[in-house]
Amino acid sequence: MWDLHRIAELPGGSTQLFVGLHLIHEVTSPQAFFALKEKGLRVRCPEQTVATVDHIVPTTSQDRPFADPLAEEMLCTLEENCEIHNIKFYGLKSGNQGIVHVIAPELGLTQPGMTVVCGDSHTSTHGAFGAIAFGIGTSQVRDVLASQSLTMNKLKVRRIWVNNTLKKGVYAKDLILHIIHTLGVKAGVGYAYEFAGPAIASLSMEERMTICNMAIEAGARCGYINPDEVTFKYLENRLHAPKERNWTQAISWWKTISSDEKAIFDDEVDFDASKIPPTVTWGITPGQGIGIDEKLPDPESLSPSEKTIAQEAYNYMGLTPGGTILDLPIDVCFIGSCTNGRLNDLKIAASIAKGRHVAKGIKAFVVPGSENVAKAAEDEGLVEIFKNAGFEWRKPGCSMCLAMNPDRLEGRQISASSSNRNFKGRQGSATGRTLLMSPAMVTAAAITGRVTDVRTLQ
Amino acid sequence: MKDQPSYPKGPITQIYGQAFTLRGDDIDTDRIIPARFLKCISFTSLGDKVFADDRSEMNGHHPFDLNINKGASILVVNDNFGCGSSREHAPQALMRWGIRALIGQSFAEIFYGNCLSLGIPCATASAKTINAIQNHIENDNRHYWTLKIKKKKIFSNDQAWEVDIQQGPLEMLATGKWDAISQLMSNEEDLLKVKNKLPYLNQFKKF
Ligand code: SF4
Repeated sequence: MWDLHRIAELPGGSTQLFVGLHLIHEVTSPQAFFALKEKGLRVRCPEQTVATVDHIVPTTSQDRPFADPLAEEMLCTLEENCEIHNIKFYGLKSGNQGIVHVIAPELGLTQPGMTVVCGDSHTSTHGAFGAIAFGIGTSQVRDVLASQSLTMNKLKVRRIWVNNTLKKGVYAKDLILHIIHTLGVKAGVGYAYEFAGPAIASLSMEERMTICNMAIEAGARCGYINPDEVTFKYLENRLHAPKERNWTQAISWWKTISSDEKAIFDDEVDFDASKIPPTVTWGITPGQGIGIDEKLPDPESLSPSEKTIAQEAYNYMGLTPGGTILDLPIDVCFIGSCTNGRLNDLKIAASIAKGRHVAKGIKAFVVPGSENVAKAAEDEGLVEIFKNAGFEWRKPGCSMCLAMNPDRLEGRQISASSSNRNFKGRQGSATGRTLLMSPAMVTAAAITGRVTDVRTLQ
Repeated sequence: MKDQPSYPKGPITQIYGQAFTLRGDDIDTDRIIPARFLKCISFTSLGDKVFADDRSEMNGHHPFDLNINKGASILVVNDNFGCGSSREHAPQALMRWGIRALIGQSFAEIFYGNCLSLGIPCATASAKTINAIQNHIENDNRHYWTLKIKKKKIFSNDQAWEVDIQQGPLEMLATGKWDAISQLMSNEEDLLKVKNKLPYLNQFKKF
């Protein structure tokens, strides 16, 4: 696949790689378009470029102009750039707007065998389709706009083989949090992570995306899963998926790109899915996760590099080694993001929320990943369930995943969050605290007001 | 600020323009562009901010404020210019003010690389030569100068001095391959070959 996209070998040993799909959004594209303008360049392949707006959009009212003038300006700039350069833009109320990593798969833009890039690190998500997909910086966004290609060094591949299947109440999010915790947040540097094995094969496309989405939190620039029948079934009849005769031909090509049974990997690691418990992060990196029944680690028992960050995490989080994460009171519950803001995530959350109510004093809200997710959730009656249970139902966007919009933690609030990063201050308050977990676990926490083992509610 | 200058583009074989001097060793990037100006979503407004603190301290007498230097494009500096923080904002600020070539005794490595990626050559010469050039400019800085890249020489209206430009950067400048974009854009034919053979861009035909 790499070879198919290789344009040239460049001095210094890197490869010039053709980009099949370039996704852009309002945050990392303005400086890139500006650079093009300065150099008097055009967008090389507008038809291979698709834009949406996600990071800065408010999730309460999306009426224009936005209350925040800087957000409004960013959206206007994107609209203008798309207009000038003839780029397909899925804007607010187009019916197809949403988080870039939610909409591209859902519209059938992301397909097996493609190279997919976006000025956003969670582009690894798209690897779930058997695509080579990775995030890029703003100067590379500029390069791709101008030349539909970029320079890239070939990555090593670590195959992560997962045996058996996940137990009831344990989800793809728990699996990836467990993997990141076990391998560490830097282990993936220089690697693509290929996920395989019976547990991965049994996952739905949406769950596979959750896994690949967080490959970046493990340090890997790409996540990857071989395309199979599940992939094809998901893509069939999607807006931009191949149709009719092309569809049959596409499938026969897609079947040839799976990495072969006997392929040799640079590294291999095995996991047993059946042994993984619901997993929650307690610290300030996505690698600081523990099983819901486990005790918080003693920093003295950790390696020197982990020890320092563990101590920092204890200070910041206000937790004590040897204690439990279970029953920790929380303030805010966030269901959404490109990790867990898809329809299946909302279905699971709704199934737990149904007939129950959010605990007193807890702010709980659901932010669908896209307008299509929102509509489907409405049609399936999920919205009503959430509202009856005391959850706020919001408009699609990135929201409190990174709090570039008005949704944010205040002071030292603790959130149970279905997003992907728990860095200090990530959710909008410099002292705010984030516990990453599956949407099911977030829902359980909302109901009880404390970190809860969702299996006790099911 | 003057009208929107045209930024370096394509092969750069010579820089022609007025020259001026900025004397002093170890001028760091913090002085070239103070840290508080790094908070920006584009580099656009940096041109006015170049040497902001030095300039306000000198109250209009800084070389970048003197009327006579308005429109100049060649800056002659001394030793270890551009040391300190790696900020790309520094060459960006110089470029946006109007600088298109630097000549000095030596340049900090990262600064040098950042300049190259903008298409701005940093030529070097011995302390003695630099001093002679600076004197010549200061004696009469209305004249136009030419830095010839391949010849590795700088010409005044009546004299010429040898300067050094490293071979790699020299070729990159002369061939126009000094930034990633032009590198990437120079393989158009190979790009088309790839594009025309990608199944998903060609109705999944078999090749
Ligand atoms: S949801 Fe979060 S991680 Fe995903 S693209 Fe938006 S800000 Fe980035």
